[in-house]
Amino acid sequence: MRKCSLDSINKIFGKIAETNKLYLPVDGSDGVAVYTKWEEGKEWSNALNTVRSPKDFFFPQVENLMEFKTSGKNIELTDIREEAEDFVIFGVRACDVRSFDILDRVFLTDPVDSFYASRREHGVIVSVACSKPSETCFCQTFDNIDATNPLGDVTAWKTEDSVYFKANTEKGEAFMKKIESLTEECDDTAVAAEKDKIAAIMKKLPLKDLSADAFGGGKTDTFFNVPEWDELSATCLGCGTCTFVCPTCQCYDIKDFNTGNGVIRYRCWDSCMYSEFTKMAHGNNRLSQKERFRQRFMHKLVYYPENNEGIFGCVGCGRCLAKCPISMNIVKVMKKIGGKVNE
Amino acid sequence: MNKMEETLIPKIGVITDVRIDTPDIKTFRVVTPDGKKAFDHRPGQCAMLSIPGVGEAMFSITSSPTNTEFMEFSIKKCGCVTEWLHQAEVGQQITIRGPYGNPFPVDDVFAGKNLLFIAGGVGLAPLRSVINYCRHYRDRYGDIDIVYGSRSKDDLLDYKEIIEEWSNDAGVNVHLTIDNPQEGWDGHVGFVPNYVKELGFDTNKTAVLCGPPIMIKFTLDGLTSIGFDKTQIYTTLELRMKCGVGKCGRCNVGSKYVCKDGPVFRCDELEELPDEY
Ligand SMILES: Cc1cc2nc3c(=O)[nH]c(=O)nc-3n(C[C@H](O)[C@H](O)[C@H](O)COP(=O)(O)OP(=O)(O)OC[C@H]3O[C@@H](n4cnc5c(N)ncnc54)[C@H](O)[C@@H]3O)c2cc1C
Ligand code: SF4
Ligand code: SF4
Ligand code: FES
Repeated sequence: MRKCSLDSINKIFGKIAETNKLYLPVDGSDGVAVYTKWEEGKEWSNALNTVRSPKDFFFPQVENLMEFKTSGKNIELTDIREEAEDFVIFGVRACDVRSFDILDRVFLTDPVDSFYASRREHGVIVSVACSKPSETCFCQTFDNIDATNPLGDVTAWKTEDSVYFKANTEKGEAFMKKIESLTEECDDTAVAAEKDKIAAIMKKLPLKDLSADAFGGGKTDTFFNVPEWDELSATCLGCGTCTFVCPTCQCYDIKDFNTGNGVIRYRCWDSCMYSEFTKMAHGNNRLSQKERFRQRFMHKLVYYPENNEGIFGCVGCGRCLAKCPISMNIVKVMKKIGGKVNE
Repeated sequence: MNKMEETLIPKIGVITDVRIDTPDIKTFRVVTPDGKKAFDHRPGQCAMLSIPGVGEAMFSITSSPTNTEFMEFSIKKCGCVTEWLHQAEVGQQITIRGPYGNPFPVDDVFAGKNLLFIAGGVGLAPLRSVINYCRHYRDRYGDIDIVYGSRSKDDLLDYKEIIEEWSNDAGVNVHLTIDNPQEGWDGHVGFVPNYVKELGFDTNKTAVLCGPPIMIKFTLDGLTSIGFDKTQIYTTLELRMKCGVGKCGRCNVGSKYVCKDGPVFRCDELEELPDEY
């Protein structure tokens, strides 16, 4: 374990930025924390988390895939992807680190998505323990997410006056090597105390007892036709906000854009909450908002775990709790239909 | 790790022949610019075709894998990509990627069986690939019955091939039907599901259904009512698709991705899916 004083953290950022692009949560002028490319003068945000999840780094909202030039009946195809260079994402919370694993299970399974894979290979993740988990947090509902000890290439803990670092992977070791002269060796007493402090807060969170045990693979029949979906989805606007802020939502669309000088084929995030999502020549298999709403939650709570050894497609980051305009969210769904089964 | 040509980046293809099948279906022959088949496939698999600037869409490869020279696609005009293709001429380049999906189990489950193919409209497209594969390896299969129906005589796909080739094969029985009586048609008139019941097949067959969802539903009911078990019946699902590789989420039904786990399903497997396909 190594540490530096909180006052000197910008020196560490400067050191990293000499060789790599470095992104970290920075408060914008509106006070909202956004992952921002670090440069001199940017300060690491104190916010618990960013409104947008860091999934953009590996699965950008819009990503150009290829370019076409046409002349007469002929088509010329060019692979326009930029050679990805190593970059560092600093300050990723435990829930969001876990979301990368959930995305990996989609994009890195055969056939591998090479766009995602390349970004993932080049990204170094420095996670940070959550000093002040909030009332919308429920990462404890899910296995393998530990807000006191997040995963990532390097784990960091931020206390009143210091930042502590521990490398978890080879990439992490390389990161630590780079900042070696700016950090000093230390024991883990302070980190142990910080972990206890976080654990104590976690025990008091309003969602601490939320359980996903009722859900999981093989539960399609149990939940698909329960009448509660009507009530839960009744006021859903189909705005898609929940899917866009969600670190684990991975649906995408592929579209062409005519630049006037060729055609760029790009992919962009899409949402199962949209009525056009499944519209086909012979009809639409999810005609009502209820069916689309149900798809989102069934996918996270039943279908995804069915295909992924029981791992849920939600990490409890709370973004959809904070951002849904009608205050509907996965917690309400879990309580309403999962609670019913538990009774 | 699979390289990019296996995911979203297509190959260039050239249309080398366009056949007008029906008022709204044309069959396109596609090869690579150097005249080869773009990739190998199995019966029932699909490919993504696109025209840059117009879009991409999924189509069944209707030619048999035993055709090593080119691929064929029977395409019904119904939207942006298909309308554009219907105006394309020989020599037009397009893009092609695939093959996608799970094929029909022609080499194991179907081997040695009597086969009953039932298709409606453009639903013949995926079945033609299997039918011609089984005709090619004729001695591996038992009797073959083909029931095919369309709105009218003019809407029957591959009519020439059906009459001149399939109908003349030993052990292959073709049963055609059209929805309404028509001048110059002395064959059967009526909907496919009813015709299947009238024909009253022996249940010692493996059945393959393909067509509009409503036809599949009623034909499936018809087959089970004459004693077929759902484990003897295969069909294909059609859902909106974008990636073709189980990642974009478009074709997800229950824990399955139709592009990857389908489009071919055995009918008892469908019962495990939520009813939204
Ligand atoms: C596994 C699989 C296999 C398939 N095999 C075949 C096959 O062998 N042959 C075949 O013909 N098809 C096949 N299809 C269906 C084919 O993929 C669709 O018909 C195709 O997506 C149509 O593409 P499009 O761009 O022409 O239609 P789109 O433009 O996407 O149109 C789709 C629907 O939107 C409507 N629409 C289009 N434009 C507009 C507009 N401007 N305003 C309002 N509504 C509009 C159309 O009426 C249509 O109902 C298959 C599909 C799948 C999933
Ligand atoms: S469903 Fe909501 S709480 Fe769960 S990961 Fe997505 S945004 Fe976060
Ligand atoms: S659940 Fe809320 S955020 Fe999601 S689509 Fe419906 S209204 Fe929008
Ligand atoms: S088409 Fe993308 S998941 Fe099936």
